[in-house]
Amino acid sequence: MIRVANLTKRYGPIAAVRDVSFEVKAGEIFAFLGPNGAGKTTTIKILTTLLKPTSGVVQVDGFDPTRNQAEVRKRFGIVFQDPSLDDQLTAYENMDLHGALYAVPKNLRKERTEQLLNLFQLWDRRTDLVKNFSGGMRRRLEIARCMLHTPKIIFLDEPTLGLDPQTRNQLWTHIRRLNEDEGITVFLTTHYMDEAERMANRIAIIDHGAIVAQGTLIELKEETGADSLEAAFLKLTGYSIREEETGQVERMRQMARMFRRR
Amino acid sequence: MMTIYILWIRQLKRYVRSRARIIASLGQPLLFLLGLGFGMEPVFQKAGQGSYIQFLAPGIIGMTLLFTSVFSGMELIWDRQFGFLKETLVAPVPRLLIMIGRTLGGATVAIIQGVIVISICLIAGFRPATFTLLPLTFLFMVLISVMFTAMGTAIAARLSDFQGFQLIINLLVMPMFFLSGALFPLRNLPGPMTFITSINPLSFGVDGLRYTLTGITHFGLATDLTALIGLTAGLLVLGSYLFARIEL
Repeated sequence: MIRVANLTKRYGPIAAVRDVSFEVKAGEIFAFLGPNGAGKTTTIKILTTLLKPTSGVVQVDGFDPTRNQAEVRKRFGIVFQDPSLDDQLTAYENMDLHGALYAVPKNLRKERTEQLLNLFQLWDRRTDLVKNFSGGMRRRLEIARCMLHTPKIIFLDEPTLGLDPQTRNQLWTHIRRLNEDEGITVFLTTHYMDEAERMANRIAIIDHGAIVAQGTLIELKEETGADSLEAAFLKLTGYSIREEETGQVERMRQMARMFRRR
Repeated sequence: MMTIYILWIRQLKRYVRSRARIIASLGQPLLFLLGLGFGMEPVFQKAGQGSYIQFLAPGIIGMTLLFTSVFSGMELIWDRQFGFLKETLVAPVPRLLIMIGRTLGGATVAIIQGVIVISICLIAGFRPATFTLLPLTFLFMVLISVMFTAMGTAIAARLSDFQGFQLIINLLVMPMFFLSGALFPLRNLPGPMTFITSINPLSFGVDGLRYTLTGITHFGLATDLTALIGLTAGLLVLGSYLFARIEL
């Protein structure tokens, strides 16, 4: 479903993503993990046509996101790291707008909207403005929305950030169901290792823009000799804290660290 | 077509739902029309220029269109900040259509505000010289609104946060309003002022409105129309170009 080979994205002298290769099979739940600033969001932006890669081959369902933008865009749904709803519109209107943008025929749009809002337990609140929604409800609405045009793959960029355990648990249950019932491929990033452990068929770990390990949970544990994904993750990416917004000096230090490691 | 429609209707819904914004944005024209209009009326009459309200009303209509349109265009900053912009930018539709939908939506909002202000002007004692040119008045309103919404979009496409907003209002929009002939006749001004007023897009808009409503013109109808159509087209192209280049 997704094929990435030798993907590199540079901003001037700094490589946000370096020589990354991986594959995501159809119907799979794929977790893309890494510390802050490791290159997760950059990779997602490239896969979802928002950024052009510097070099490398990228294919989403057989199409190149740079050359066949429209084809790729029809095939995926995305929940961004930060919210992307119009909070002056109602839940229903947000769904409807999305359906119209994705050219979902009117009747089908109605039908899918009702079905999805019911699934995510938002149907009763469909006429409420999104500005009155809680964080969890907004997240649910965003996931429901990204499913409206029946994408083949959904990208979830830290969808559970800032949510309480109940809401997180419920969200993942929904996502699991979508994966099983609709056979949808899921590409997710998260900082909660237990979530990745529970959900993912396969996992890739990225650090300083490069993939440091990938495989099934069992393979990763074996490779690192760790007993949990969290332990494996820390072994692979180290214990130092990453600053997402790095200043010039810190960036130099990180680069120096990168070079020393090679 | 669906894309343009849905983004157009979105702007209208947002407008109708923010009553505070409607009222707030009518405060300024009201103040200028009533405060300045009635305040300057005696002086203007003494100078032999006739009724100031008659002269001022088209300028205030132009001002309303200017502010509302630029503001609508710059709503893009809000959409970027609150994330909705991303939703439209990953959709499988050309950005040009998104830009057109947004611009038409913003322009429609401005025109509605303009019509409200015209009604207020009528209540305040403004009397159009003729009603036969009203379709032309409307055409000018459309051109002014589309032009400035596109300008707002073009500017907002290059700004990533709110800080630049005030700057644009103070350094671009306010001067455009004051130096447009909205408040005073453009005849017999000092040289530099004449120059500035004659390259100000709003000058042509206000002049066109004034001609179709009161029969008085400075540049002439043909110049007003040509300049406005040219500027509108240019700003639409610029806005679309900059909008297409937005990176997230």
